[in-house]
Amino acid sequence: MAHFIDRRLNSKGKSTINRQRFIKRYKQQIKRAVSDAVGKRSVTDVESGEQISIPKRDISEPIFHTGKGGKRHIVHPGNDQFTAGDKIERPLGGEGQGSGAGEASNEGEGQDEFVFSISKDEYLNILFEDLELPNLQKNQFAQVTQYETYRAGYQTDGMPTNLDIVRSLKGSVARRIALTAADKRKLGELEEELRRLREDKHENTLHILAIEKDIAALKAKIAKVPFIDTFDLRFKNYDTRPLPSSKAVMFCLMDVSGSMDQETKETAKRFYILLYLFLSRTYENVEVVYIRHHTQAKEVDENEFFYSQETGGTIVSSALKLMKDIINERYSDGAWNIYGAQASDGDNWADDSPKCGDLLTNHLLPACRYYTYIEITQRPHQSLWKIFDAVSTAHSNFICKHIESQADIYPAFRELFKRADASAR
Amino acid sequence: MPIQAASSPHKLDDGPDWNFDLLLQYEQEIDRIARGFKLDTYPNQIEVITAEQMMDAYASIGMPLNYTHWSFGKKFIQTEQQYKRGQMGLAYEIVINSSPCIAYLMEENTVTMQALVMAHACYGHNSFSKGNYLFKTWTDASSIIDYLVFAKNYIANCEQKYGINEVENILDSCHALMNFGVDRYKRPQKISLQEEKTRQQEREAYLQSQVNELWRTLPEGAQKKQAQPARFPEEPQENLLYFIEKNAPLLEPWQREIVRIVRKVSQYFYPQKQTQVMNEGWACFWHYHILNQMYDEKLVSDRFMMEFLHSHSSVVMQPEYNSPYYSGINPYALGFSMFMDIKRVCQSPTEEDYYYLPSIAGKDWLETVHFAMQNFKDESFISQFLSPKIIRDFKLFALEDDTSKSFISVSAIHDEKGYHTIKEALSAQYNLSNLEPNIQVYNVDICGDRSLTLRYIPQNDIPLANSRQEVMRHLHRLWKFDVRLEQEHPDGKTEVIAQCPHPESP
Repeated sequence: MAHFIDRRLNSKGKSTINRQRFIKRYKQQIKRAVSDAVGKRSVTDVESGEQISIPKRDISEPIFHTGKGGKRHIVHPGNDQFTAGDKIERPLGGEGQGSGAGEASNEGEGQDEFVFSISKDEYLNILFEDLELPNLQKNQFAQVTQYETYRAGYQTDGMPTNLDIVRSLKGSVARRIALTAADKRKLGELEEELRRLREDKHENTLHILAIEKDIAALKAKIAKVPFIDTFDLRFKNYDTRPLPSSKAVMFCLMDVSGSMDQETKETAKRFYILLYLFLSRTYENVEVVYIRHHTQAKEVDENEFFYSQETGGTIVSSALKLMKDIINERYSDGAWNIYGAQASDGDNWADDSPKCGDLLTNHLLPACRYYTYIEITQRPHQSLWKIFDAVSTAHSNFICKHIESQADIYPAFRELFKRADASAR
Repeated sequence: MPIQAASSPHKLDDGPDWNFDLLLQYEQEIDRIARGFKLDTYPNQIEVITAEQMMDAYASIGMPLNYTHWSFGKKFIQTEQQYKRGQMGLAYEIVINSSPCIAYLMEENTVTMQALVMAHACYGHNSFSKGNYLFKTWTDASSIIDYLVFAKNYIANCEQKYGINEVENILDSCHALMNFGVDRYKRPQKISLQEEKTRQQEREAYLQSQVNELWRTLPEGAQKKQAQPARFPEEPQENLLYFIEKNAPLLEPWQREIVRIVRKVSQYFYPQKQTQVMNEGWACFWHYHILNQMYDEKLVSDRFMMEFLHSHSSVVMQPEYNSPYYSGINPYALGFSMFMDIKRVCQSPTEEDYYYLPSIAGKDWLETVHFAMQNFKDESFISQFLSPKIIRDFKLFALEDDTSKSFISVSAIHDEKGYHTIKEALSAQYNLSNLEPNIQVYNVDICGDRSLTLRYIPQNDIPLANSRQEVMRHLHRLWKFDVRLEQEHPDGKTEVIAQCPHPESP
């Protein structure tokens, strides 16, 4: 007689811990794969996880086994053409026909890569390990739009649906005990007295009658205390409180003048992807505003931002001004956490640079949580860098960083957002 | 046939959906028929699980629970990837050699598949692990689950006490040597007895030497004999993990216990490795007979039977050597055909069978198959029962692959001259001691640097693969003094083929 058990409802993921161990062990390799994969993604694609591949030899578990060579005697099925004594050319690749049962399975030459997927969360965790957002304070203002309802104790009045039965009955029990305790004690004493008198051999009729009357009166009094009273009722109380804002907007500013080639743009794109992913980990919704500029600035969509061709001179302040206008127009209500990221090759019309410094210091930086400027160039710095460098020493929420090639992006990004305690270590 | 008549001679519902009541009805019928075929089983515990839980079970080498280790995570990820991409279907069942015998059924099986799986696993595999001599002598079905619970907790405790990395290192090293953690020749129960005996012999020898000393009259030093340095171990040891557990100089007690756990688990799986063909063949043989019996009793419909035969025939299919699906001999196919053939030889033997299999031709088939199941392992089963008819049916041929020659030669095919060669070659193919390299603990330099020397004795000049360097590193982690692996050449000379620490590196 068999015993059937339905295990389907048991917790899944018995192997989760083993999986975590595996990921922990190969963190270095996985990290490398993750940072390689960044460039292939769209900026706002955070829903998908990532395919990770690790060289197989790195994760092999070595055992003693036999190698190629020597004399082997192998039996195969399905003879269709051979007779005893036939000689067959050795197939190239060394292995005999097919692979004999139970051997050569550990050679590890079948597949070079061990490929698997990690989830979105695992991907982001690995990508942003040890990083944190600087100056993170959640904006909270008078005109907050979101509230959350939470339980806030009990009250004596309310709707019947909110009645808390257990609490109410506890009150009822307590009230009944409080109101009847003295009488019950007295009743007990009288009953004891009555029993004693009845056992007494002497005549006590009058006394007994008096006590019986008292007992009856007390019992009536106790019975009059109601089982439940409106006084006992307790209702659950709910209250609302404002929620801190979890909205962020990220401004991507990029120079698209003739001097910026596609490669430089790709490098900038990687930086924006990282920033977007990172922000979306902290904030529920992140909006992205793309501003590109040459001598004039324009707000565009992602595709145009990265791939349209423009030529002409460069006036950086036009973009900063547009950003300021957009902030005033759409994101000035205080519910938004504003981040700015600007990429450029450092070219600017020399007279414009002080204007940029002024715009940043007086208008943008006070409104922004954090503003990063990356300069992607292999040439010496020009006027813009000098101005921005000066601004960055005066403001803790402004950082400029020099990047020479794609390979610098991820390290530079990590440095920008390095966790305060991690850098102290 | 001593099968009781069906208690409920009405047709069972053929699904395709199943429910627990229906499973119970099927199970009762299967049980009744199995008893009629004298299948002796442990009590069954049948658990219905989902695909994901099945993958969990895969990852922990088929056990319902196991200690935590990254390699199981790797296995899980691998299985999951392959399953998601459709490169592999999951098994319909997993059965655990324990008492009660735990069998997992996948929830997405149809009722036909569930019946097939119950007959296959809960009666086929179950009776095999209760009856086969290897399982009887090597494993203790009633205690394995408890032991795994102990192992899991012990290792979890060690992780808390000594750190996850420490424990992982030891486990990694033990896993590298896991295949060398079994006693191949001596049987576990006899160890204590044997130890008793050797201890007693040692005592005797010691007393004897005292006696000799007393009676010695010749003055010492007359002929200064070159004292033969005492060897340790006295005889080469095949069980590397056991040797390490008992003799590694610097292991902490908890590390020894972990070595022991890995060794025990390895030992537990040792019989399964050696009886793959028989075990699967036996289970297929019985699901085939039980379900056919149900059909004969009109318990199941034609539709049920068609579905069953379809899965059955794809399980016992043997692709030919030049087929793209070919990956060696299918143990299900070979095992099933051999048991069917034993039945045939018993029931209707031919002249040839009387010549090649005189011991079973014309005997009672039920007794004979039980005898074959109980007393053999793959290697001996094939050399005993592989009949010429099977060799012809499978069109088996033997290849001789000698790397010193530029061609491969066909040494035998399925003809009269070849039967014997093929039988021998196929039997040797399932001999574990041919498949796993012969490596033994040869010497420990107890008076010197405590270095450990292993010796590899190649068979048929087959060399050891390059992974040996890595494995030696693991061995060094356990032994903590120099370790060396030498190969014995046919002329008796030896050559060091791997060592750790490597002499070049400081």
